[in-house]
Amino acid sequence: MSPPVVQLRGVGKRYGPLHVLRDVDLELGAGELVAVVGPSGSGKSTLLNLMGTLDRPSSGEVLLDGVGAGRLGDPALAALRAGWIGFVFQSFHLLDGLDAVGNVATGLLYSGLPGRERRRRAADLLRDLGLGDRLGHPPSALSGGERQRVAIARAVLARPALLLADEPTGNLDSAAGADVLALLTALRAEGTTVVVITHDREVAATMPRRVELRDGRVVADVAAGQR
Amino acid sequence: MSRLAARDLVGLAGSGLRRHPLRAVLSALGIAIGVAAVVAVLGVSRSAQAELAAQLDALGTNLLRVQAGSGIGLGDAVLPASADAAASRVAPVTAVSAVADVDATVRRNELVDAAETGGIAVKAAREDLLGVLGGHVASGRFLDGALGRYPTVVLGHIAALRLGVGPGVTVWLGDQRFLVVGVLDPLPLAADLDRSALVGWEVAQARLGLSGEPTTLYLRAAPSQVGAVRDVLPAQVNPEHPENVAVSRPSDALAAQLAAEDAFTGLLLGLGAVALLVGGVGVANVMVMGVLERRGEIGLHRALGATRAHVRRQFLAEAVLLSALGGAAGVGAGAAITAAYAVTRGVAAVVPVEAVTGGLAVALVVGALAGLVPAVRAARLSPVQALRTAG
Ligand SMILES: Nc1ncnc2c1ncn2[C@@H]1O[C@H](COP(=O)(O)OP(=O)(O)OP(=O)(O)O)[C@@H](O)[C@H]1O
Ligand SMILES: [Mg+2]
Repeated sequence: MSPPVVQLRGVGKRYGPLHVLRDVDLELGAGELVAVVGPSGSGKSTLLNLMGTLDRPSSGEVLLDGVGAGRLGDPALAALRAGWIGFVFQSFHLLDGLDAVGNVATGLLYSGLPGRERRRRAADLLRDLGLGDRLGHPPSALSGGERQRVAIARAVLARPALLLADEPTGNLDSAAGADVLALLTALRAEGTTVVVITHDREVAATMPRRVELRDGRVVADVAAGQR
Repeated sequence: MSRLAARDLVGLAGSGLRRHPLRAVLSALGIAIGVAAVVAVLGVSRSAQAELAAQLDALGTNLLRVQAGSGIGLGDAVLPASADAAASRVAPVTAVSAVADVDATVRRNELVDAAETGGIAVKAAREDLLGVLGGHVASGRFLDGALGRYPTVVLGHIAALRLGVGPGVTVWLGDQRFLVVGVLDPLPLAADLDRSALVGWEVAQARLGLSGEPTTLYLRAAPSQVGAVRDVLPAQVNPEHPENVAVSRPSDALAAQLAAEDAFTGLLLGLGAVALLVGGVGVANVMVMGVLERRGEIGLHRALGATRAHVRRQFLAEAVLLSALGGAAGVGAGAAITAAYAVTRGVAAVVPVEAVTGGLAVALVVGALAGLVPAVRAARLSPVQALRTAG
């Protein structure tokens, strides 16, 4: 049996005296779609950053595809982020100096592919996402929903095994939010493991699995059928 | 493996600079001024030196001047009458000519006081003098066999300016009229002749009371033997009183001028270095600001797969690109200054390759040093820290 895509073993995170995460055990298999919910400050973003190797746990272990991230050096971690992990940030983090295609193409910037090929794939993906007529627009000329779709396109351009999305629907109205969720669900169908942080109970309710955090602890981890 | 191609690195550096074009230009200005100063200083001094060296080359460094030593107890400052014949017997000597002081003044007309020299000396010259000195006539002709016997005179270029006359005009030497037949170009190796009126040897003896002993010999020696000839000349020319003979090499003064240019160049180069230093501080300042402003972007790039080394390289490349652009602008400006100098001075412009490559290399090094600390700081940022502060 292949190892879980993400496995957290007794993971804790402290900032000084503040315990942001305590003793988190979690396993995510290939192709899972998981919602992470919990009140503000409960440690959701921290958890996502640990899964994405953007941060290191204070205790415990994060295993990615069966390999302990703590044992990997900076180049190996960077390689994981370049190809195996995709991030979608709540605040988009799009670059204003680049148009939509350029922004999406940065998803393959560290892949070793030539720039022309990166742009070609980025343009294809944007067309698939219904943004074919926005290719040359800078982020400032896009709507919130369009920006979020561009940010997701950038995250999935390298076809990562793990997609980590921090409140991807947070800034969107329900129609645009539904578009984004449909997109994430479609990715899951291709075998990508998707983790989505959300405040939105309705959104969480549509997800097959729901992990709930409170004060840094996992207080519920339920599959849709169990509700 | 996460990779960043050189092309992409340059592209990222360029897009970093394009974000604040005015800021980039201003900070590159210091580097540009420094490099321009270095290139212009070296270019101008090298152009001047090239001109001087070309002049030296054309004039030759194998000219020797022999004069009677002057001083207490040495008697009249003349050489023995046989001096030029004796000098020409020294084997490596290829040509000898002579000049003798004539006790007369030259005047524009008879109304001018005969005691007034006007700063112009009258000298008798051998016909081959101009050839030995490597000089040229500006107008008219030099003294020759036919003219030497007649009351004709050739004027040095300053003498002609002072008298305000040219060929075809008569002037007064003592109480006799002499026809000006030629005016000389400046003689860099015998500047005293520029202020002289030269008459033929025979005429001077016949009409102006010249006794026949030369005052000064000019001679050319085989270039490799100049030093040896210089050593033996006093005893050859005046065997009884070799200590009364002074031998000098007129080209030494020009050569000294060539060397003297270097000291001045060093000073100006120091100023250029200070400008470069200031430019480097400007670049460092801009890079530090850039790192602070772009923390979010740094975090994003880490999330996209940049290693710490990639981030470091991006900021280093940006600093180096910035100073390289400044350096290139500086080289252009320095070359333009050199060209302008060369045009106004009528010399050939020389922009030394080592000034261009050196200026650019220094600009690159300054950029790399200036970018180093900001780049290392950018690379040290943890991805979460960087993303968090950017909101
Ligand atoms: N670098 C840090 N230094 C100090 N405290 C931090 C740091 N990062 C996070 N925290 C604290 O950790 C706690 C959890 O933060 P986190 O961002 O994970 O919460 P969250 O569940 O994502 O909240 P939200 O829903 O508001 O985004 C918060 O109290 C936060 O202030
Ligand atoms: Mg959060």
